[in-house]
Amino acid sequence: SDQLLIKGGKIVNDDQSFYADIYVEDGLIRQIGENLTVPGDMKTIDAYGQLVLPGGIDVHTRLQTPVMGLSPADDFYQGTRAALAGGTTMIIDHVCPDAGTSLVAAYERWRGSAGGQACCDYSLHVDIPRWHESLREELEALVKDKGVNSFLVFMAYKDKLQCTDAQMYEIFCIIRDLGAIAQVHAENGDIIDEEQKRLLELGITGPEGHVLSRPEEVEAEAVYRAITIAKQANCPLYVTKVMSKGAADVLAQAKRKGTVVYGEPITASLGTDGSHYWSKNWAKAAAFVTSPPISPDPSTPEHLSSLLSCGDLQVAGSAHCTFTTAQKAVGKDNFTLIPEGTNGIEERMSIIWEKCVVSGKMDENGFVAVTSTNAAKIFNCYPRKGRIALGADADLVLWNPKATRIISAKTHNLNVEYNIFEGTECHGAPTVVISQGRVVLEDGNLCVTQGSGRFIPRKTFPDFVYKRIKARNRLAEIHGVPRGLYDGPVHEVLTSTRAMAPTSAARIAPCAGKAPAPAVRNLHQSGFSLSGSQADDHIARRTAQKIMAPPGGRSNITSLS
Amino acid sequence: TTAQTPRQKYGGMFASVEGAYENKTIDFDAYSVGKKGSRTPRSGSRHDMLDGGDNYSETASDISEVSGSVISSPGDREDKTPGVEIKYPMGKELLQGQDNGQSDRLLIKGGRIINDDHSFYADLYLEDGLIKQIGENLIVPGGVKTIEANGRMVIPGGIDVNTYLQKPCHGMTAVDDFYQGTKAALAGGTTMIIDHVLPEPGSSLLTSFEKWHEAADTKSCCDYSLHVDISSWYDGIREELEILVQDKGVNSFQVYMAYKDLYQMSDSQLYEAFTFLKSLGAVILVHAENGDLIAQEQKRILEMGITGPEGHALSRPEELEAEAVFRAITIASRINCPVYITKVMSKSAADIIALARKKGPLVFGEPITASLGTDGTHYWSKNWAKAAAFVTSPPLSPDPTTPDHLNSLLACGDLQVTGSGHCPYSTAQKAIGKDNFTMIPEGVNGIEERMTVVWDKAVATGKMDESQFVAVTSTNAAKIFNLYPRKGRIAVGSDADVVIWDPDKVKTITAKSHKSAVEYNIFEGMECHGAPLVVISQGKIVFEDGNLHVNKGMGRFIPRKPFPEYLYQRIKIRNKVGGLQGVSRGMYDGPVYEIPATPKYATPAPSTKCSPAKNQPPPIRNLHQSNFSLSGAQIDDNNPRRTGHRIVAPPGGRSNITSLG
Repeated sequence: SDQLLIKGGKIVNDDQSFYADIYVEDGLIRQIGENLTVPGDMKTIDAYGQLVLPGGIDVHTRLQTPVMGLSPADDFYQGTRAALAGGTTMIIDHVCPDAGTSLVAAYERWRGSAGGQACCDYSLHVDIPRWHESLREELEALVKDKGVNSFLVFMAYKDKLQCTDAQMYEIFCIIRDLGAIAQVHAENGDIIDEEQKRLLELGITGPEGHVLSRPEEVEAEAVYRAITIAKQANCPLYVTKVMSKGAADVLAQAKRKGTVVYGEPITASLGTDGSHYWSKNWAKAAAFVTSPPISPDPSTPEHLSSLLSCGDLQVAGSAHCTFTTAQKAVGKDNFTLIPEGTNGIEERMSIIWEKCVVSGKMDENGFVAVTSTNAAKIFNCYPRKGRIALGADADLVLWNPKATRIISAKTHNLNVEYNIFEGTECHGAPTVVISQGRVVLEDGNLCVTQGSGRFIPRKTFPDFVYKRIKARNRLAEIHGVPRGLYDGPVHEVLTSTRAMAPTSAARIAPCAGKAPAPAVRNLHQSGFSLSGSQADDHIARRTAQKIMAPPGGRSNITSLS
Repeated sequence: TTAQTPRQKYGGMFASVEGAYENKTIDFDAYSVGKKGSRTPRSGSRHDMLDGGDNYSETASDISEVSGSVISSPGDREDKTPGVEIKYPMGKELLQGQDNGQSDRLLIKGGRIINDDHSFYADLYLEDGLIKQIGENLIVPGGVKTIEANGRMVIPGGIDVNTYLQKPCHGMTAVDDFYQGTKAALAGGTTMIIDHVLPEPGSSLLTSFEKWHEAADTKSCCDYSLHVDISSWYDGIREELEILVQDKGVNSFQVYMAYKDLYQMSDSQLYEAFTFLKSLGAVILVHAENGDLIAQEQKRILEMGITGPEGHALSRPEELEAEAVFRAITIASRINCPVYITKVMSKSAADIIALARKKGPLVFGEPITASLGTDGTHYWSKNWAKAAAFVTSPPLSPDPTTPDHLNSLLACGDLQVTGSGHCPYSTAQKAIGKDNFTMIPEGVNGIEERMTVVWDKAVATGKMDESQFVAVTSTNAAKIFNLYPRKGRIAVGSDADVVIWDPDKVKTITAKSHKSAVEYNIFEGMECHGAPLVVISQGKIVFEDGNLHVNKGMGRFIPRKPFPEYLYQRIKIRNKVGGLQGVSRGMYDGPVYEIPATPKYATPAPSTKCSPAKNQPPPIRNLHQSNFSLSGAQIDDNNPRRTGHRIVAPPGGRSNITSLG
């Protein structure tokens, strides 16, 4: 029976709430309203007193990212199962290609395993592990044929994944031309590398070294730099994993200045803090290791949830990437070897409800926006996802705001021993979860089918993001000043400077190619040559200083016009 | 009486000076290149400079230059305060005290002495280049040359912390060398400069330092000191830096975040350099601009066909400056070292500094004359030569509210020091870049105008008082660079570098009368209130009534010691407080996942990281080293996936350490 009637619930979208029944058929929402005319025998769900929400979209998961050859403990099956249990009906996973392999090949590998395992709809981001010549073609292929519209670059992980500023600029320009979203893992890898060396030399090897080597200034610095680069390239920017107050404030300020930038706090940064890195229990401390680290400042979750409520941050992800204690123990004598990642896919919705809605910072519509609608808009699957409307996918959650549960590793649907939210009491929980029109969670029982998740391709140029970018592109054209040719004296330059000559020659080349008006004699080119070695190359000082008077005498071009 | 007089305020807080903005452009015909090429009085004086035979036998009319500045005539103000008079003990023929040693003795009577903390009326007696006595009714030897200050301000001579009087660029040097530049400095009330030694990449810091030292020693007319720029981070530089600090009296070094492939340093190198310079107790100067992005923007703008000076400003937007400032501060605060940002040119960069200071890091910002006095709209001038004259890096901000903002921050202490970044090139030299803005040699004038511009923009508008003026033009610089109290203060025992300042003097800055050798003055036409009346350097009157009396090479090199207290006291305490400590916990003895060696992904970096030569002495059994090895090739290296995952159960069974704690 693919037909389903949800009666008596309060439908909550990001803009309004209203009471109505929903009729679902073939995985789509067919009717919304009161007193619907529907076929006779079908499953009816009683939703009195509950909220009906669009299913959550978890924009950041890593269910297959290998770290040092270790695969995460939760694969696509286990991970999506946990997602559904928490009220999330779509995930966007990160494809992280090994350096050296092609992006498309890695994408296909992810599609293969997700297609066979995922229990809910999914889509894929692609990470760019390093800059190479044919990157543009690869990105173009992914965008045009593979339904990917978001790419992540790393500013951390020196010598592995890290991009230089110049590379980021180039990548951002490509991404802008393709109409995709540039995502960035923002941490200053150079500083982290040095700090790690220093801490290891000090003999600090435990998980606290992880947070000490990655202080929040380093995150804020990278966010600032990423925004600067994106603004120069006029490319929309999406900062993944906003973990600290400093980084969030930089984002909020940039938004205030008009930059098109989005920030994604994750379950861990909203729900807990980094004081646990100093736990005496190594295994517990290691469970919190993720990058950027969870801030040790205990007021961070408060601050981030406030910014999420007021719209300075827009989307909440989970960055779910779990490793068992045995896997984490690879780094037991060296914190830099601890595989990074925390859980959060299952807890995401409940934690946000608890921190934002229960505390009165946000209403239920705001909750829908940050858990689902904004993500659908930014990544261009709106209104198919992220809204309860006729024709939208039947990904629905019945949310009981009165339910209470305590998060614990004993009851969670994950493969790991530790839950970083252990003991957190959450008000509000999903009672029924519907994915693709089928009930997957009811009465506490999960009923999922391995491999039932579909790949959701995403188109380029999401309106939500690119309308502004396009307008700015038109405005941002810059013009030179039309002035007469300078015909005053020109100091004769010697080619003696070893350092300057090559770069300047390279720089001058493009403009010499299309010199604007070669009708007049180009004194610059005829007067001297920049190439070739001279006899007096080794003399750094000027040996001659000839002032050339142009033929025909001086003109008055240098006087005030 | 020594009672403090009420300080005079002109206009309300932040009131701009009437007409200060309107008169920016004026009568350029008068100093156009064409005219400049012909013989002018100034080129005659340059001739003097070249033959180098300056000595005491030259009379004032011979070498001194009559300033053409528009000074309100003494008659105008005689009704208010009488002008400064200089009385010579044996009549006028003893000008500059030829032939006898009495020239070194000088009494300044009836001045109001201004230090950065307070001001008071007192007489000042100078001898042998030092301040010997301060007070009333001083007992001085007879026959002393006396200056009647008549209640005017007596301030410590200015210190210009940022000049480039010998900067090489495309194989040429700036038109103002140490002689020309220091002459201009003295004429503007600056009695000490700190010049930047800029070694060509590849040449050693030491030899470059010696080259600069020699040039300055023979040419400089005022005391000077030297910063050394680190143009590349090479092997063996540590030893050279150490020698410079220990033996050569250099305590400040500049690093560059811009000029890709030339001077630019990566973040790792910056971290390394900062760490090392901190251990030497040096002041770290940073040229903050994001060089990577500038290179990209330059390429793009040249491709668009924009080749004029406006391309310079377009390719270096102020965000890139702010970004680099942010990054430099982040790195410095990680290392817990002081950082000094040279040339703060934009509002956003200044705001970043102000914000950072509120959070605790030791950051200092130096706006320069150009950023305080004018703005970058001139890059769009139709006159190429004029637009090119403004080219400097970071560029002047095109936002016309920038000078006002920077002056406000200077007044409230968020910025501390003013420099000039003086490095002018003639129009012919600038014209090397006439078809490509990236080739235009960078640098603007400002050494002579600095004191006047700060007075006019900040004191005359009521943003700061005279004491703060002394602080930002002299005292703060002396403290940061460890010259205090020898310089930067009027106190017994300090160097006799003193300026008698006239706040009422109105002067129009113009290239016609300035001492620099360039054709364009970027402050052309600016009417400034406040100017020096008499400048005394090393106890000698070098500037009075518009006339300069200087000797080439009379400037001394002032060595500076490391670990200036003004910076390093706090750093030392923070070092003690901020020590890092690990958590002492029981050994983890749970299961450990066996890691297959997949070298492609992560092996090289961690293996170098965890095997430093000075590994910690292992008092405890190092399980990490005994359990598995990360190095060496394995049979399954080519297989990126895990091939096995064995859980190692430790002998003796599991402990409860993995349970919830």
